[in-house]
Amino acid sequence: MIRFIVRSLLLAMLVCLTVLIVSFALTRLSGNLAINLAGPDASAASIAKIQHELGLDRPLPVQFAAWADRALHGDFGNSYLYHQSVSSLIASHLKVTLQLGAIAIGMAIIIAVPLGILAALHEGTWIDTACGLVALIGQAVPSFWLGLMLILWFGIDLRWLPIAGLATWKGYILPSFVLSFVAIPVMLRLTRGGMVDALRADYVRTARAKGLSRASIVLKHAFRNAAMPVVAVSAVQLGFILGGSVVTEVVFNVRGVGYLAWESIGKGDFPVVQAVVLLFAVTFVGLTFLADLIGAMLDPRVRG
Amino acid sequence: MNAVLEIEDLRIGFGPLEAVRGIDLVVERGQTHCLVGESGCGKSVSALSVLRLLPKRARFSAARLAFEGNDIAGLGERGMARLRGDRMAMIFQEPMTSLNPAYTIGSQMIEVLRRHRGASRAAAVDRCIAMLERVGVTAPAMRLGQFPHQLSGGLRQRVMIATALLCEPALLIADEPTTALDVTVQAQFLRLLADIQRQMGLAVLLITHDLGVVARVADRVSVMYAGRIVEHGATGAVFAAPRHPYTRGLLASIPVPGKIPPGGRLGSIPGIVPRIGAGFAGCAFRARCAVAMPACAAPVPEHRLADGHRFACHLGPDGAWSGA
Repeated sequence: MIRFIVRSLLLAMLVCLTVLIVSFALTRLSGNLAINLAGPDASAASIAKIQHELGLDRPLPVQFAAWADRALHGDFGNSYLYHQSVSSLIASHLKVTLQLGAIAIGMAIIIAVPLGILAALHEGTWIDTACGLVALIGQAVPSFWLGLMLILWFGIDLRWLPIAGLATWKGYILPSFVLSFVAIPVMLRLTRGGMVDALRADYVRTARAKGLSRASIVLKHAFRNAAMPVVAVSAVQLGFILGGSVVTEVVFNVRGVGYLAWESIGKGDFPVVQAVVLLFAVTFVGLTFLADLIGAMLDPRVRG
Repeated sequence: MNAVLEIEDLRIGFGPLEAVRGIDLVVERGQTHCLVGESGCGKSVSALSVLRLLPKRARFSAARLAFEGNDIAGLGERGMARLRGDRMAMIFQEPMTSLNPAYTIGSQMIEVLRRHRGASRAAAVDRCIAMLERVGVTAPAMRLGQFPHQLSGGLRQRVMIATALLCEPALLIADEPTTALDVTVQAQFLRLLADIQRQMGLAVLLITHDLGVVARVADRVSVMYAGRIVEHGATGAVFAAPRHPYTRGLLASIPVPGKIPPGGRLGSIPGIVPRIGAGFAGCAFRARCAVAMPACAAPVPEHRLADGHRFACHLGPDGAWSGA
């Protein structure tokens, strides 16, 4: 178990480092911050001056090493645009993103797991097909389009829900739903697959031979075994949901980390972009690691 | 007569296949009835059908399926669930996979008592410990807290039988309970089964392909071939004087030390059990039978001898063509 944890952690750090290098390179290649900051009418000399002040004229590996060194000490630098530290900037945006993410993963579980069980119980019937269709649509529909459509229907046509912002609790419904759609297909298929296998398993036959109630057979004996991978994958899906927050927060005009990332990318605010990418990468890798741990803990055979 | 289970004209089909083609079977109190045959002969589905645990797609019919004198052929799922695990119990071939890996032994035993007896947790725990002790499980209190993967195959099968016996059923159906066990563990398990049966006056329907098991524990034996019982009788009578060519073939394929010289050929029956569809007539064994003749395609007569010994073959008890 300890070997497993150490190995996973080392692997996780390597993944984070790779993500950082790639994102660092991409942000530097995608535009020149100094030109943005200097404005459209700036002279070449003033651009060069800004470049020098920000250290952008140094070679990329040097810039990266300097940034990484400070980042390791918890200093992510200052935003060029907001003139405040990146850490405090992210901290002030993080709360809504986490709130939305938590609600979204909850919604995904509440929608996907019962549908998955239902599909498995009615394997091969029209109910199964309908649930499969839900999963297919969920996977095929891009979240920005779904977000816009929901805004049109519920926000503008029906006027039931606000079209943007999180002023009231109603504001959370549409963005969390759109976010949850990222996770629903995978969780639904996984639940269905796990349940189909479990319902065919010998121990379910034993449970039936013991005369147990249908509820006990399905929920206690079959679902417990089918749930192990679902719980593990939920953690990974939370990572996807956080990644999906970039699009969703922009569509619903929610000032979270995703919105911040989008804004910073557009304006070439490298320190913020890098810190957000690092945050997402660490969160994702951390959640994947957590998923493995949860999986191990739920399965008494792995727990040993 | 003290019949616990009476089956008349049981038929089971899957799609175009007829897995069981009208079998009659009686298991009496205190008796072990062995249903023996090769893989695919329909013995396991016959057993599952008694508890109505067949897959949904299976076709099932019986002229009579009586348990403790009551016809249960028309009983619904709820009624069957009340009987299962309480009055009739079943154990399976694979003790590895027949226990739920996610729950402790205790959890899987206690739920039976809570379901059928409404027992309190404490009372259920006591009963489970007592039952585990009775089937020879050491340190029973500790076992309740263990998971299936922490137990050996033999122990798991003992847990299975202890669970099956918790509510003192009238009928125990055991589907190849020793097949997955080591030979020495098999012998222990069969002895245990015989002991418990005697003590509790159980009726046991034992499904096996192993004639060694039959010889050791069966009072009566039914030899099944391609969905029919081709020979039935008291175990001693059938082993001493098998009448059906298939039974003879099965018995000839058992190695007997001293009788068969080392390197000598063991008897075997060529071919496999055929799949039977609708409209099949005549003896299903004729394609593999050493004494088959053209007339074997005609409907098979059944011959009755003393003590309920019966067999279905065109050759009569004297070995002569019975001319049906």
